[in-house]
Order: sequence, then C-alpha cells, then structure tokens
Amino acid sequence: MNEMYLKFLSRSENEIFARNVVAAFALPLNPTLDELSDVKTAVSEAVTNCIVHGYRGSEGWILLKCKTEGDFLHIEISDDGRGIEDVEQALTPFYTTLPDEERSGMGFTIMQTFMTAFSVQSEAGKGTKVRMSKQFGAKATEDAR
Amino acid sequence: MRTQSARMGDSLYIYLTGELDECTVSRAREEADNAIDRSTGCSRAIFNLAGVRFMDSTGIGFLIGRYKKLQRYGMRMYLENPNPDADKILSLSGVYSLMPKL
Repeated sequence: MNEMYLKFLSRSENEIFARNVVAAFALPLNPTLDELSDVKTAVSEAVTNCIVHGYRGSEGWILLKCKTEGDFLHIEISDDGRGIEDVEQALTPFYTTLPDEERSGMGFTIMQTFMTAFSVQSEAGKGTKVRMSKQFGAKATEDAR
Repeated sequence: MRTQSARMGDSLYIYLTGELDECTVSRAREEADNAIDRSTGCSRAIFNLAGVRFMDSTGIGFLIGRYKKLQRYGMRMYLENPNPDADKILSLSGVYSLMPKL
C-alpha cells in the first residue's frame, strides 16, 4: 500500500501536472498503456470540473489523494467550490450548466466509463468530492478465465 | 498544443498536435477558427488528430464547437487519424455521427 496527497491551485495549467502525477504514482502497479490513459483522462475530467465549475471565476485549492491497494488505485479529487445542486442531473450524459461555452457535458460519463468505481459527493455551496478507483489487470484476469 | 492548416483543393486540413485540454483549448479554438474563416470557399474541413497525444471532454466540446461554426459556413467536418485513446472518447461521445472518421 502506498499513499500520497497533493494540493494545488485551480489553474488550468495544473491539469497536465495532476494527471501526470497520478500516472507516475500508478506505475508500480504495472498498468497497461490503455489503463493509464483511462486514469489520466478521468483525472483530467475531475480537475477540469473543479476549475470550470467549482471555482468558476475565482481561484481555490484542489486536493488530490491517491492510494494503492493490491491491484487497485483509489483517487479522491475535491474542491471547496460552489458544489453541485442536482448531482443526478449533473451525471446525465451531455448535460451541462454551461451550454454557451462549448462544454460537451461528458465529463462525469467519461469518469464513470473509464474507471472501475466512481462516486460523487456534493452539495450547493459545500464543494465537491469525486472518488474513483481503477483495478489494473482486470481485463487480463477476465480474458484468462 | 499546435494548430496548423493547409488547403488542398476544396478541402481545409487542420492538424492538431499536443495535449488538448482546458489549458490549451482556447488557443486551439482561436487558431482553428482563423483557419476556417480564411477558407470559407472550401466544402469541407478535415481535422487530423494524429498528433493529439491526450484529449479529454474539453476536446469533444472543442470539436463540436468547430462543427457548429463550419455548419454556418455550409462546410462538412471530418476527423482522421485519432490515436486509440482519442478514438475511445470520440466513440463514447458519439461525435462520429456528426463528423465521420475518414
């Protein structure tokens, strides 16, 4: 088991930093390139949400926690931003609160699809916390059966 | 992120290189839109994604935005050479029904 915390400002240049940190942290679990790419994309989506929605128009801290456990990587990404009023609606594919900004509304759908487990906890005015896990080698195990 | 464009016949080719995310998208948008505005006589625009090493849903939003702009000019849009990772999120988001892969 290994663990790490990272706290960084909600600036878009930190997206590439955050996803690469998580990818580097996950390397000892021997992920495939596909699996690593899934994780990087999911992290990028969660961090984008903190910047674009959570701290819209202002700057704040984003907290990234990672933990490895067996062949699992657990990731928690949270902000103290404005939060989500209706989480269920936010999870709907193609739903976006910012239709004028060329947002695809696919962020949560991508996180859900690319990761083994996903959950989001949020309340208006109280920030947002996304938890997701990836099991590495899951497909290889399935294929061997 | 780098955007280059070339005109061949009545096709506008836009080559994207780098990582397409929230940080790089505004510049890519500006450069792609400039290329489109200069090529309104073309019948189609082909976005070559061979050089895109990373793309998230911000990239999907970017492509849909360009699709809408091209539609206003009566131009069709196509995608070519996405890497397998980009292909995965492009397929998932259903954009190929708007902008087919060549």
